[in-house]
Amino acid sequence: MDLSSINPILLLASLMVAATPILLAAIGELVVERAGVLNLGVEGMMITGAVCGFVVAVATNSPWLGFLGAAVGGALLSLIFGFLTQFLLSNQVATGLALTLFGLGLSALIGQGYIGVKAPSFPDWYIPLLGDIPFVGPIVFQHDPMVYVGLAIVAGTWGYLKYTRAGLILRAVGENHEAAHALGYHVLRVRMLAIMFGGACAGLGGAYLSLVRVPQWTEGMTAGAGWIALAIVVFASWRPWRLLLGAYLFGGVTVLQLNLQAAGAAIGVEYLSMAPYLATIAVLVIMRAGRAPGSLGQSFHASR
Amino acid sequence: MTIKTLLASATLALGLATGATADANDPTKVGFIYVGPVGDGGWTYEHNQGRLAVEEYFGDAVETVFVESVPEGPDAERVMTQMALQGADLIFTTSFGYMDQTIAVAEKFPDVKFEHATGYKRAENVSTYSARFYEGRAVQGHIAGQMTESNVIGYIASFPIPEVIRGINSAYLHAKAVNPDVEFKIVWAYTWFDPAKEAEAANVLIEQGADVILQHTDSTAPQAAAQAAGNVVTFGQASDMAEFAPYPRVSSIIDDWAPYYIARTQAVIDGTWESTDTWDGIGPGMVGIGEISDAVPADVKASAEALIERLRTGEYQPFTGPINKQDGSVWLAEGEVADDGTLAGMNFYVEGIVGDIPQ
Repeated sequence: MDLSSINPILLLASLMVAATPILLAAIGELVVERAGVLNLGVEGMMITGAVCGFVVAVATNSPWLGFLGAAVGGALLSLIFGFLTQFLLSNQVATGLALTLFGLGLSALIGQGYIGVKAPSFPDWYIPLLGDIPFVGPIVFQHDPMVYVGLAIVAGTWGYLKYTRAGLILRAVGENHEAAHALGYHVLRVRMLAIMFGGACAGLGGAYLSLVRVPQWTEGMTAGAGWIALAIVVFASWRPWRLLLGAYLFGGVTVLQLNLQAAGAAIGVEYLSMAPYLATIAVLVIMRAGRAPGSLGQSFHASR
Repeated sequence: MTIKTLLASATLALGLATGATADANDPTKVGFIYVGPVGDGGWTYEHNQGRLAVEEYFGDAVETVFVESVPEGPDAERVMTQMALQGADLIFTTSFGYMDQTIAVAEKFPDVKFEHATGYKRAENVSTYSARFYEGRAVQGHIAGQMTESNVIGYIASFPIPEVIRGINSAYLHAKAVNPDVEFKIVWAYTWFDPAKEAEAANVLIEQGADVILQHTDSTAPQAAAQAAGNVVTFGQASDMAEFAPYPRVSSIIDDWAPYYIARTQAVIDGTWESTDTWDGIGPGMVGIGEISDAVPADVKASAEALIERLRTGEYQPFTGPINKQDGSVWLAEGEVADDGTLAGMNFYVEGIVGDIPQ
């Protein structure tokens, strides 16, 4: 094995890129869960976003419009979940699982005819001055814009939850929906908005795969990234900055295992491939998970 | 309706369907099972081109059906059975991983002819066919060895089966012949078609200094990754992938199945079909080399074309001694040519390749 062939700068740089799809999906789910809703349909919303983004980007030849389309597609799919769980009071776990299966099938249907099609290119940004800093520059400041959009959403979510009145209301709804309702807050409206935000973020994460990471459309291309996003929300104890850490950890192990393989590591390919998932499980077990939002997963009806 | 009547009507319908196909005036039905989508731009795309050629050649005399993205394994058996029940006379199963399923289904339908691509198990009604892709890999290695400046060539391998290992060995030997310092980095993707995995593998290889990427997977994702990187050379796999020419794609291996598919369909119509084992290369035209683009220097292009010509005429075999195995033991002595049996079951690297073949 020749470890010297692994360039740490490039490794850290591609870690940020590899983590971005999971980061986007997870930050959306974090807001949903802080509002007291458990949406297990992240995978389905991601893959729907991936195909919607791809279709729009190919039709308009603009990746930016593609990402917009992905966010809208993911949000629309999440509305189905919102309607079923918030207004018809269906079971959130079952509905979320159904949403994943539905999304996988729907995306395969929409994607017919887009297999093997080339996506418009989405060039990296080379940020002047900052990009020239040795070591740090190539790692942090020479990526495509969506990497920074992802980071901005994390920062924005943190500020929103911690410092704004609306964030306080959202947390109140998640902690105790009866009390929030008694105070006069509109629980269903807050939750529906949170669910749509989660859907839009998952859609962006999926589109990052189909427009930047690969960039092509294939059925089932998210390959379980949505489930990892769900695990990372728990790992992060529902806190935005720890979520960033979790996504980078998973992305890092993913990139590292491929690098080790290419460097000729004498470890079985099967073990390397399972490493990112094992690492996630191990961290979930070792880290003491924080307290979940009080009303997480419970249906709310004003008459009760 | 009770289950009994349902079953009875289903059997009746089935009987009618099979009875109808026995009619001599009916078109011959040819089925194809694909491992990827027909739009993959690589392996399955070319098989589908062969199917379309069959339709064009025979017109109304032949009807073709296909099922795409069939997973290798038990699911394939279900699809094949379905196809045979629907009256197919000839079924092409176009991936290595369908081997055992093809044999199993063929046993149940002795009147249906089966053709399995790249496998080695035959039966009374099962033929095998493959192309000597390793002849094309020799040309790739020859060009790659001279195009690389970092002397690192990345190889995206699919599954550790003889066909893939043959390709790695052939490419390595011919790259080494023109560039003694060349080094191969191999990533096993464990898939024939998964653009996400293929793109990841290509990116990692590029990050580790590879400036030539060879792929034994079917999508164009590695080509896109190379294009994004800007200074990496690739080769079309199974299909020309000309949309990435002249750079990064500088040449390609093209599988041309059409003549074989037409000949075998004709044999079924004539009633002369027999179980055979076909393994053709550049000479008979089953393996084509896509145009070498202008990104390749003129002298390299000329010597590559000379190599293609020597392979075409059969004057030169890619595996001609002296060649040692990876452990240094002698495989082929000076001037000795590998026999087809050893090639078909190749499970070792040649001397100079670093790493182990996954078991």
